[in-house]
Amino acid sequence: MTYFIDRRPNAKHKSAVNRQRFLERYRKHIKRSVEEAVNRRSITDMERGEKVSIPTKDISEPVFQHGPGGAREIVSPGNKEFLTGDKIRRPSGQGGGDGAGDGGASNQGEGTDEFAFTLSREEFLEFVFDGLELPHLQRKPLKSLQEIKMVRAGLARDGVPSRISITRSMREAYARRIAMRAPIKRALKEAQQALEAEERKDPVLRNPARITELKAEIERLNKRIEAVPFIDTYDLRYHQLAAQPQPSSQAVMFCVMDVSGSMTQNHKDIAKRFFLLLYLFLEKHYEKVELVFVRHHTAAREVGEEEFFYSRETGGTIVSSALTLVNGIIEKRYPPAQWNLYVAQASDGDNWDDDSNVCRDLLIKQLMPQLQYYAYVEITPHDHQSLWEEYETVAARFPEQFAMRQIVEAGDIYPVFRELFKRRLSQQR
Amino acid sequence: MTATRQPIATGSDWNFRVLEQFDEELARLADEYRLDTYPNQIEVITTEQMMDAYASVGMPVGYHHWSFGKQFLAVEQAYKRGQMGLAYELVINSNPCIAYLMEENTLMMQVLVMAHACYGHNSFFKGNYLFRTWTDAESIIDYLVFARHYIARCEERHGVQAVEQLLDACHALQNYGVDRYKRPSPISAEEEAKRQEEREAYLQTQVNLLWRTIPDSPEDGEQLPGSLSAQTDDPLGLHSGGRYPPEPQENLLYFIEKNAPLLAPWQREVVRIVRKLAQYFYPQRQTQVMNEGWACFWHYTLMNRLYDDGHVDEGLMLEFLQSHSAVIQQPAFDSPYYNGINPYALGFAIFIDIKRICEAPTDEDRQWFPDIAGSSWRDTLEFAMRNFKDESFIQQFLSPKVIRDHKLFLVVDDDQEEMLEVAAIHNEQGYRKVREALATQYALSVREPNIQVVEAAIRGDRSLTLHHVQDSRRPLARSVYPVIRHLQKLWGFPVHLISMEEGRVTRRYRWPVEETTQDEE
Repeated sequence: MTYFIDRRPNAKHKSAVNRQRFLERYRKHIKRSVEEAVNRRSITDMERGEKVSIPTKDISEPVFQHGPGGAREIVSPGNKEFLTGDKIRRPSGQGGGDGAGDGGASNQGEGTDEFAFTLSREEFLEFVFDGLELPHLQRKPLKSLQEIKMVRAGLARDGVPSRISITRSMREAYARRIAMRAPIKRALKEAQQALEAEERKDPVLRNPARITELKAEIERLNKRIEAVPFIDTYDLRYHQLAAQPQPSSQAVMFCVMDVSGSMTQNHKDIAKRFFLLLYLFLEKHYEKVELVFVRHHTAAREVGEEEFFYSRETGGTIVSSALTLVNGIIEKRYPPAQWNLYVAQASDGDNWDDDSNVCRDLLIKQLMPQLQYYAYVEITPHDHQSLWEEYETVAARFPEQFAMRQIVEAGDIYPVFRELFKRRLSQQR
Repeated sequence: MTATRQPIATGSDWNFRVLEQFDEELARLADEYRLDTYPNQIEVITTEQMMDAYASVGMPVGYHHWSFGKQFLAVEQAYKRGQMGLAYELVINSNPCIAYLMEENTLMMQVLVMAHACYGHNSFFKGNYLFRTWTDAESIIDYLVFARHYIARCEERHGVQAVEQLLDACHALQNYGVDRYKRPSPISAEEEAKRQEEREAYLQTQVNLLWRTIPDSPEDGEQLPGSLSAQTDDPLGLHSGGRYPPEPQENLLYFIEKNAPLLAPWQREVVRIVRKLAQYFYPQRQTQVMNEGWACFWHYTLMNRLYDDGHVDEGLMLEFLQSHSAVIQQPAFDSPYYNGINPYALGFAIFIDIKRICEAPTDEDRQWFPDIAGSSWRDTLEFAMRNFKDESFIQQFLSPKVIRDHKLFLVVDDDQEEMLEVAAIHNEQGYRKVREALATQYALSVREPNIQVVEAAIRGDRSLTLHHVQDSRRPLARSVYPVIRHLQKLWGFPVHLISMEEGRVTRRYRWPVEETTQDEE
């Protein structure tokens, strides 16, 4: 007896629970891998899975086993030149292996040191944002820009042929035909009834003239019915488009970072997380997010992402150089009418003394009126310097668009990020 | 061979109609060969479902545990990287016998898997003495369902983490959950469920009896009513003096289930579930070579018959032969592909050779196998399949010819010697030694360390003492520490493990580790 059963429609992901349990159990390990990946990857490349490796010994399921040592006999296939009594040098490495001994215990293959698997994109992001609920910001608090988008808005009597609504036009034509034919048909019916009545009369009593007249009338009416056009210009209906103001769906994010000698790689890694968070956040809200990287010491330069994070420069710091450059780029490439503009700046707080008030003026007079939001993080355990103080004036002028925070170590980023956006939300309300 | 070939189907596409026709044909042939099988339940599944099935070690219904998740990830990774062709076969020892066919297999593959699993493995499950003794094909599925529900309920009641830790500990000991020499009572889900509560109470009274001088565990709030007072209430004679247990116990999980002082009733039941499932898999661990060899022998025989009878065409047959030879390939020890002895290859070679010895014995065969040389091959094969396990099967049936064909040789690896020594090769003087050694290599008692409970200090510090009977100075692997830590968690009091060889103590392990142990050593 044999039964065939098609189980394919059955639920998939039977192992999902077990998989989750595994991930939960090795959270620490996986988080470490994910953090490494975050540092390695490009900011725009976060939304995919990640291969994760965990040392096999950390996740082994122990059982009683024989260890190396002692005397053992091993039978192997494929003897070529050995004779009984031959002595063979012990293979390099531990004498263990050799196929024997190993019970049913380790079933993940030939003693690989790493247990590797792939996290799905969702799982990856979950680990990236572990401990941080992505702020549930709505679209509203981000000031929307007026951009015109044409949307369908009912029907109109005129338009271009390509926008003809066929069903509606046909329906109009049908109605018109019924309406136009109705009186003719009524007259036709009367004429026919009269003709029949005339013909039913006794031949002697018939009026031939009347009959001819009626016949002519009927013919004329039939012609009129046929003359009613199947479709007429009046019937045509066109889909109408209306201009509707639309929030802009594109944003540009300027990453501004100080790369003077005082910024270590550690500072930059922290900054990278911050930029990453902002990027992911913006990406959730805009269809298109462009990134512009501006690095500066005494002079500012627009660079690629790789160079932005990983090449070193030394020298002093003039922050205003970067702000001037950002302003220039906005003018040239990102007209504020079409783009939502965001600036995220990371620095260790150093600035050339006379420059800080220049920055303040630049921000207040030129940049801030164009921007959606300006977020400044200062990565330093030390006291604030002149830049911070000047920025505080800016923050006072633009409380809803300007945010600044101090970060000491990587762990501070999530809370700070949250803080920056939460504050904004509550003020908006 | 028939002159007119009328294949049931050609090409690599299949449909249910065609599979049914092939199954009918295979069933007819199996009947002709007197293969006694359970009814087949053939399930067509997707790749992902197959990975699920793999991950749960072939249990169609499993309780939840992270280790299965790990297994799934490993399988998925290997499959995606193309290291592993999935699912040559996955078949479950149950009645009806459940076999999985993957939807993307070719027609040839489906027929091959049907021959291999539904008739090969299936008849082995039904016939082999180990399976007959240790497993109950009728009730396994129900039992798995019971186990899953029970463990899910425990998770609800006691928290996922508590259950997970308990399962971790049980899994570490699951290879020691079998009485090798006693026939177990068959498991029945219905009965389990019905009697489970009853048993919880009963078990606990037994334990309370044994441990009645000790206070209740602080974390175990469930105190059973009814204090046991009378000395006469001691049916097991537990308190008549002497050491406990009176005999060493090799079934560690059973011992824990019945005697661990601090386990709550539900914990005992979980221990029991793991133990029962270990018992279910116990025969499979001991019959790898035979089981796969038997299935390969039959798929080979049945496929050839299908061809001879004209039911398949040359194209399918070529595809089959290619697949078959890949399965029974045995790389040499120095090949980069070598990964131990391939049980499919060895088992298939031995069964084929038994048939040859029966049909066309040489003088050598007559001398080595006087009983079977020239006998009916079908009867001899049946006898071999029914009454042996890997160890005894190899000891009994590994012929000089197979040793020669595989060029088997025996190496002695003694860590006190500088060099390895080739102790025997495929020659007249070596056959018996090679055969003996290979058989031993498959003996569970040699593969796994021999560890037994020797004493539970019921009147002392309640510590548990186990002996590891060491052999050939082979020590325990470092995994011994996490395992005894798990054991200690189950037992609740200190655990000692003593490695002994020929009456001498070679090593002591203890958990928890204390300074005092240093003095003892």
